Parts: sequence; C-alpha cells; structure tokens
Amino acid sequence: MSNPLVDMQKPDIIFCIGTNMTECHPVAATGLKKAVARGAKLIVADPRRIGLAEMSHLYLPLRVGSDTALLLGMAHVIAREGLIDEDFIQNRTTGFDAFFEHISQWTPEWAETITGVPAKDIETAAMWYGSANKGAIYYTLGITEHICGVENVQSLCNLALMTGNVGREGTGINPMRGQNNIQGAGDSGALPNNYPGFQAVTDPEHQAKFKAEYGREIDLEKGITKVTALELCGDSIHAMLIDGENTLLSDPDREHCEHALRSLEHLVVIDIFLTETAELADVVLPATAWGETDGVCTNTERRVQRMRAAVPPAGEAKPDWWIICQIAQRLGFNGFDFSEPKPIFDELCRVSPIYAGLDWERIDKSEYQWPVPHKEHPGTPRLHEESFVNGRGIFSNVHYRDPAETISEDFPVWLTTGRRLQSYHTRTQTGRAQGIDYLLPEESLEVNPADLEKWELADGEWCKMSSARGSINIKVKATNRSPRGTVFASFSFADVPVNLLTGSGYDPITHTAELKVCPVRLEPL
Amino acid sequence: MVGAISGRDTLRFIAMKDKMEIDGVEVTFSEDETILEVAQRHQKEIPTLCYDPRLEPFGGCRLCIVELEGARNPVASCTTKATPGMIVRTSTDTIEAYRKTLLEMVVSENREVDVSPLRGYASGELATLRDKYEINGSHITGTTSGINKTDDDNPFILRDYELCISCYRCVRVCAEQEGDHAINVMNRGFHTQITTEFDGLLKDSACTFCGQCIQTCPTGALGDKKALRAADQVGDTVPEKTRTICPYCGVGCSVDVLTKNEKIVGIHPAMDGPANQGALCVKGQFAYDFVQHPDRLKTPLIRGDDGELHETTWEDALDKAADGFRKVNAEHGRHSIYGIASGRAPSEAAYLMQKFIRVGFGSNYIDNCSRA
Repeated sequence: MSNPLVDMQKPDIIFCIGTNMTECHPVAATGLKKAVARGAKLIVADPRRIGLAEMSHLYLPLRVGSDTALLLGMAHVIAREGLIDEDFIQNRTTGFDAFFEHISQWTPEWAETITGVPAKDIETAAMWYGSANKGAIYYTLGITEHICGVENVQSLCNLALMTGNVGREGTGINPMRGQNNIQGAGDSGALPNNYPGFQAVTDPEHQAKFKAEYGREIDLEKGITKVTALELCGDSIHAMLIDGENTLLSDPDREHCEHALRSLEHLVVIDIFLTETAELADVVLPATAWGETDGVCTNTERRVQRMRAAVPPAGEAKPDWWIICQIAQRLGFNGFDFSEPKPIFDELCRVSPIYAGLDWERIDKSEYQWPVPHKEHPGTPRLHEESFVNGRGIFSNVHYRDPAETISEDFPVWLTTGRRLQSYHTRTQTGRAQGIDYLLPEESLEVNPADLEKWELADGEWCKMSSARGSINIKVKATNRSPRGTVFASFSFADVPVNLLTGSGYDPITHTAELKVCPVRLEPL
Repeated sequence: MVGAISGRDTLRFIAMKDKMEIDGVEVTFSEDETILEVAQRHQKEIPTLCYDPRLEPFGGCRLCIVELEGARNPVASCTTKATPGMIVRTSTDTIEAYRKTLLEMVVSENREVDVSPLRGYASGELATLRDKYEINGSHITGTTSGINKTDDDNPFILRDYELCISCYRCVRVCAEQEGDHAINVMNRGFHTQITTEFDGLLKDSACTFCGQCIQTCPTGALGDKKALRAADQVGDTVPEKTRTICPYCGVGCSVDVLTKNEKIVGIHPAMDGPANQGALCVKGQFAYDFVQHPDRLKTPLIRGDDGELHETTWEDALDKAADGFRKVNAEHGRHSIYGIASGRAPSEAAYLMQKFIRVGFGSNYIDNCSRA
C-alpha cells in the first residue's frame, strides 16, 4: 500500500475495485466503514454484489475481466471534464500529453459496451473520484489475477496521477496483500528478478554487491518465475525445494501442476501439515508453525513486525530457517551457520536499503514502515510524498484486451473465483480450527436465481461444472450476489477443486494466472 | 515502488494551549478531549464500566462522575468536553460514595461477578471495581437484567445475559468498530435485553463472529466459548500472554496468544496493535487451534522403495534432501533446481530460501507464492 492503514478512515472518495475486503481483509474494511460513517462516498466496482457493494453509494457491476475498459472510460471523463490536477501533472509526472490523446477515443459509451456498466454510472464514478480532495483507490487480486493484470494496475495509476491523488493523507494506490508475510517474502528477495530489498538482479551495482556478499558469481539475468518453472518440470527443472505452499491446490490448472511436480526427480517440501503438495514429495520436513516460531513479518502497509513463539514445537518440528541451513550445510554452502533467527534478520537488514535502519531489537514495537534507510530514520508510513522513486510518475497508454478465454457455445458461463470470510486459502489451517465448520461447512457455487431456473438446476443440488481443462461436481446455491451469467466459487475446499478448471492464461509480465476469469458449462448431474 | 521519505506524520505534534485544573494541579489539554481523557493522561484513576476508548462516549454507567466547580451536580467525565478554566475534582468523599452506591446496584443485578478470565479481554472489569470499592454483598436486592440465550449453539460466543449490566459496549463496538450493526437492545430497565434482530441466533444475524463484543464486555456476559474449554485448567489465574501477529491475511493485526501449560487456550486482540487497534476477524480471533492439531507433521518423512512416505530421523531426512539436490545438480546442472519460498513463514525463511538458491547454485531460480 502506498498509504498506511490508518489513512483508510480519511478519504472523501473511496474507490474499491476487485477487492472483497469485508471478507478477505475484514479488519482493514472496518477503516472504510468508519470513513463511510463519517460521510465519505464509496464507489465499488466488482462483478459480484459483495458486502462492499451493499455498503456503496455507487456500484459498478462490471463484467469479469473488463476492468481496463472501465478505467479507460473513467480517465476519459476526468480529462473531458477538466478534473485533472495540472500542478501535479506538471511537477510530478511524465507522458500526460500522449495519454490525454490516447484516452480521447475511450468514451464511457464505449466502456459500457465492454463492461456492461451504464455509461452514466461510469461518468458519475469519474466525476466523484476526479473531484475528490482525498481520493483513495483500494484493490486486491480482482485487479491482478488477469492476463491484463499489469494494464489494470497501470490504469489505476493513471487515474491517481491525473488527479494528484498520491502522496497525501487519505489518498494513494493501495493493494491489499493476502498473506501474513507475502510482503516480507518479496522484501527478502525470494523473487527471480530482485535481490533482497527489491534490488534488481540485472543492475551491475547490485550484482557486484551480492557477488561480494555471497562470495560467488550469480547469474546476471533474471531467473524464471514459478509458473515457468512448473511448466519446465521434467524438461529442464528436475528438483524443487518448496517451503510452506500448497501449490497443488492454490495454483491454477491442478492437473498440469500435479503432473509437473510428479515429473521431478527430487522434491523436498517443508510444511506444517502433510498437504496435497507434500504428499508428492520425496522428503517432507516438518516446520514449526505460527505460535511456535520466532521471526519477522511485514504487513500490507510495509510495517515490519515481530512474530513470537508462545508454545513449544509440535513433535520434532523445526523452524524453516534451521531446516534450510541444515540442507545448505550438508551441501557445503557458505553463510548458513545460524543458530537463531536474529542474525538472519539482521543480515537481511544489512543487505537491503529499505531495511537498512532496522534490526531485530528496533522492530520490537512494530513502529516502522519501510523504507527505513538509516538508524535515525522514523520510517515511511506514506510513499511518494515528495517524489517517485524513479523520478516522475509515468502515464501508461494501455489498451483493453479480452480475457484469455471468452464465453462460447461450449462454455457459456463466466466463472470467477476467490475467497470467503471463514476460510483461508486451501483450509490447511482454518479447516482444522474447531467451530469454523459451523459457519462454512462446505463449498457451493453461487448462481443467480434466474440463471438456476434457466439452466434447470435446483438450489442446493449438485451440478457438473466443466471448463476447457476439466470437470468438477459442485453444489449450487441461489444468490443475488452473482449477476446473471456469472458464477462464483472459492478454491478453498479440497473436495471441490475449482482450480482443476482455471488456468486459461497468465499475465505475460507478472505470470500471475487469470484465476478471476474462466468460461465454464454447467449441467445437472 | 519506493518513494520519497518523510516521517512528519509520525511526529505530529498537537499544540496544547488550553489549561484546566484537575485535583488542584494545572494541566493542558487539546481540543476535543474529554475530562476523562485528560484525567487519564495525568494518571488519575477514574472508574468506568461503559467506557471503551475506541468508541464514542456513552455516559451510561455514571461511575466516571467528577465534581466540576460551578456545576450543581457531578458530571460524567467521559461525555463532558474539557474547557479552559475548568476546575475538576476526580475523587471526593461524596463522589466516591456515589460511585460505591452505583456499583452496589450494578453488582446486585448479576448472578456472579467473579468470572473466568478466559471469557474475554475486559471480563474482569466489574470484579476489579467491586474489590476496589470493597463491596461485600449488598443491601440492595436487584433482579437480573437479561435472559441467557441458551439455544444459541454457535461454537464461539457465549450469550450469558444474566451477567449483563446494559453498558451497551457490545452494541456499540459492533456498530462503531466493526460497522456490522448485528447487536440490538430490546426493552428497558430491568427488562433490558441485548439481542439480535428478531431475537434470533447470531448465525442468522449480521454477526461475522469477529469476537469484538466478547472482548469489550466488562462482566463476561458475552464470553469466548472456545477459550472457556480450558476453564478448568486455567481456573481464576490469568493465562500467560505472548504478543505476536495474526497468521492469516496481510493486514498484520497484533494479537496476544493466551497459553496455559504449553497449550494455546485463546487469543486476545492487542488494543495497541498499530494495524488493528483492538479489532480482529473470525479467523484471527478463533481459528488458532490448527497449531496444536493432531494432524501436525511431527517427524520428517522420506519416500521409501515401496513408494510410500515413511517416518525417519532428521539426520536421515536432511541427508536425503541434500543428496537429491547434489545429484540433480551434478546430472542436470545448476539451472535444474528451483526454490519456492513461503508467504506464510517468517522473512528469515524467505531470505534463506533465496540465499540457498543464489549462494548454492548461482542462479535466480527463486520465487514465492504471490503469483497465485
């Protein structure tokens, strides 16, 4: 997030797109509810009538995968109505003239033909956001899990840049991160393109730094992403070390994924349960869980915080860092001589400019949001206040693209996937927490009541749902949360493996899968 | 993306020009502060029951009354804004007598005052005040002011309304803090009943089971059913607390893990957590017992010649893990090995995963689980 969580109570206009925040980040959503109670206006764009949509002053029910068109239409209106921030554009950005030219063709009427959202509602949304003193954008995977995830994010940046809604209290572009330490995993350099602290592996300065630090030559080019690696399993990838990810259930196209992992010569999985992924491993190493492990995590607002052990490990379970060190030592690798987590985190801080002012003791009270470039620095709750890291904000002349697969005679229904309040990811944790079953005993496919009738399905009965990749059986549930022609299910339940169906395409830059769009066919069982 | 750096918001300084007098000492205060807030900042102990600093002042319990010079009657300090020149006395014989009588009336309404600390974060507030004001029994004969909702079989929230004192903290936290408006009030006086719309089950209301009502309740009328499973082990001692961060989404709520005899018995939200300020959701509040679940992996496993996974020693498993990487590296080269780090494990794990690949194989064949 560009802005801190406390800022969520501050905007005049809130624009939520592709975020089911009341279910996926419920505590963050309380900030928005307070803002709304205070008088802020809420615009929600989502294909489904989610909880946020019910709270909203303006709901834009766009067709799945049409976000770029909606956002181009909004940019058109903001420019047309003269709601741009000339000073901000002049002083902080580059490329506006070409962008202004570019968006002249993308009218709200055009956007209506793509998104299904009435042009007048697109205009209202644009006028509200464009006129805001403090306009804030919040998004989640509904923006990124598309083949055009990058264009979607760029389109949001365009809106914020043209209206100057960046770098001030109650504004910003705010992606909500989904896992307790997914931010920290990226910060720590577990990325094929970046060393720790987002230092590009292709930058000669960083290459020299890490060659000295790690005492060896490291490839000068980017590595491959996980998605590519899974595609190359058995071909050029022959061994994997997976820490704490149930790849088989969380990733798209389960059959492809299972085939990939089975074709490895050597698979080592570190986890706290024998997950579906661990069951395929040659070696399974039991890790200590949350509540048993001392360490550091970084939240969605870049706040670096201590996790602390409260109980002893289960059985012989060991911390992940210890396990990795032991394997590394057996292979004769240097720099894995650790007996506690503190010096590991301190090393991460030493090699990462964004963490340079931090160490194990300094984060004890959760006070710091990175970047913290030196010990006297108070941290950075809000990014981009004076300037952007690359100098100026760049407008992107994006184009709308159709999803990888669109509905057809064979697969006439849009399936979109996501999460539910009461379950988390593949339920390895919430599925084992007593009482959760009382609230959410099983998965069901959310279908508009009128569609149920049309497709000759009955509420509560099972149906067969097929995509170009496979079929699953799933119970249907009538609800007006789903619009006509679009159905929804979560991927959380192992007995309803929705990710057997997904995986139609990937964003070419981020390799994020288009989990939010999958044409399917429904048939009675 | 990283931008320019400024810490000016963390160092915001609120000018306090205005002055008032509390217990004979001149103090400064800022605009919008109540007498209670000013007094608490100056370490004055004013009793409260309906007060939760996260919520709008309510002024229901009247325990926080103070003497205000020029006012005919004592005023509720939680609802009275500080104004320049005010002269306030927080503890006089008259005020303390009022408070004691009020507390006697409150105590007389309840079936029991000493409740398990496992019921919730604030569940001991009434008992603490009773002890402070040395109330032993009462000359007041009250009647209970609520009827238990015994037919609510939800596994999380105990609805023991015979202990309710109608402070409305649950109603207000649900509305103001959570924005869910699931809890309502029915009837008045001794017949006051905290309930939900249509007086039904929480499951059928707007309740999201975030547990905030449990944690703000000052008497334990609302209690944590899951934590109370350990009531016999815990008794009336307060369990140990360990401050950590919730294991679920990326918001990073601070929590205190409650433990007894090396078992996790419950979770308290951290009222001073920078990301959550005391708020939690159903997962963070109640979905902690996966940690000590019997399904946990407790020993290393290796795949045997029979194709099945078998328990083994750490030495054996680590040797086999290392041997496999050594063999694949020798046969297929360093670009045949890939690492996937966890978005759930601490940063030390992710840092060492990337170091393992970069130091060990000189490649950038490392990723984490953020692409799905």
